[in-house]
Amino acid sequence: MSRKVALAVAWRSIHIFLTNPAFLAPGILFPLFFFTAFAGGLSAISSAPGFDFPSGYTAFQFVFVLLQSAAFGGVFTGFGIARDFETGFAQRYLLAARDRRGIVAGYALAALARALITWTVLTAVALVAGMQVGGDGVELLGLYGLAVLVNLTATLWAAGVAMRVRSIQGGPLMQFPVFLILFLAPVYVPLDLLSGWIHAVASVNPVTALLEAGRGFISGDPTVVALAFAIAVALPLLFSLWARGGLRRAEAAG
Amino acid sequence: MSAHTTQVGQLARRSVLRTLRQPGQIVPALIFPLFLLAVNSGGLKDATNLPGFPTSSYLTFALAVPFMQGALFSVMNAGTDLARDIETGFLNRLALTPLRGAALLGGLLAGAIVLGLVQAATYLLVGLLAGAELAAGVGGALVIVVLSVSITVAFGTLGLFVALRSGTAEAVQGMFPLFFVLLFLSSMALPLELLQTDWFHTVASINPVSYLLQAFRSLLIEGWNLGELALGFAIAAAIGAIGMTAATAALKTRLVRT
Repeated sequence: MSRKVALAVAWRSIHIFLTNPAFLAPGILFPLFFFTAFAGGLSAISSAPGFDFPSGYTAFQFVFVLLQSAAFGGVFTGFGIARDFETGFAQRYLLAARDRRGIVAGYALAALARALITWTVLTAVALVAGMQVGGDGVELLGLYGLAVLVNLTATLWAAGVAMRVRSIQGGPLMQFPVFLILFLAPVYVPLDLLSGWIHAVASVNPVTALLEAGRGFISGDPTVVALAFAIAVALPLLFSLWARGGLRRAEAAG
Repeated sequence: MSAHTTQVGQLARRSVLRTLRQPGQIVPALIFPLFLLAVNSGGLKDATNLPGFPTSSYLTFALAVPFMQGALFSVMNAGTDLARDIETGFLNRLALTPLRGAALLGGLLAGAIVLGLVQAATYLLVGLLAGAELAAGVGGALVIVVLSVSITVAFGTLGLFVALRSGTAEAVQGMFPLFFVLLFLSSMALPLELLQTDWFHTVASINPVSYLLQAFRSLLIEGWNLGELALGFAIAAAIGAIGMTAATAALKTRLVRT
């Protein structure tokens, strides 16, 4: 029963963003824009002393933008949940669904579908732009696997916020912490080249391990894989509790 | 006091009060650029090791960026306020009074000027406290504030134009990514001469934002470079003139419609 609920919610959400350019376009254009700006505008950074990434700066930035788009795919889905609460549609979901966890699962499926579309476009653009891929099929599977888990984590976070606030005004609350944690990781250069406070913060930021593992996968030199997957699996488990709490709040609010 | 001055004064007062009463407008315009400044100046520190980089302090180089980001926020704030006036029917009520179009637009920009002043002073103060250099000294600080406010007003006129054309706050908000693209496809992170990707270098070279950034950087890094300063002020004036002309025309069309 839960599966039917999830599929129904997912189908509606996917249908909404596929048929409405205002919802579809930002999710695709923003990652492309960041990729263009970072890979194009900052390529000279790879000439800095100590910067040694075998697949080049385009691949280095591709991994960041891939994980960023994964996270923002989840956040944008959170906006959709909030909108559903504002219009009263989510309340009808709550009334109709026998197992309400299926509602959250449905939104998560929609977020994944949204991310898959973005990743397809992003990967195609990166390859056309000359991105060098050193990793083999299994390693690339590892990279996209990490992205899927990041997408799930962000969806659960945003769903938890959306179901608590139940208004699109909660948008900044969904978005800003994700933006913060992503940019407090080694975005432009490897961790070793960071110094000062940003190095200290990036060293304890869980996103750093995800980025380093992703960059290792794409260059064919896997690194911190176990740590990255441990984090990537633990985060959705943790945030599923957050989302479940949100669901209970929404149920209580009626 | 002439009727024109009174009209501008009343609307300016309303615009300033409305801006100051909306922390939702002021706080992101202050916090977001400073957060990016902190992250970028830490993360891109190694860029100063590149041959030809103009300073040994990336913070000093990056300090120009918040002034531009602040100006982009003014597009949103000025435009959103006017769009709300259109949505709520306030503009229609103003149209029944003998208010002149120029007074309306001028008065609406007063809020942007105040916000621009607060932004410029905050960015400069925080940057200097964090260790940025200011080669042009105290006089340079004043010119930075004046240039920042000029750019804020110039971009604010574009916000007014979009609001008058579309009549909805949502459309004004939708312009934000477009202006953000202008900023990112400029010499925001590296000097023009260090941009290695050919097409990016070309785009950044024709992007006026690169030269606005350079005007700030000339004061922060070099001292007094009158050529770059004049170019920065000229670009701000040109954007302001284009924006104001377009907004005036859009206002006439909107008032005819109503």
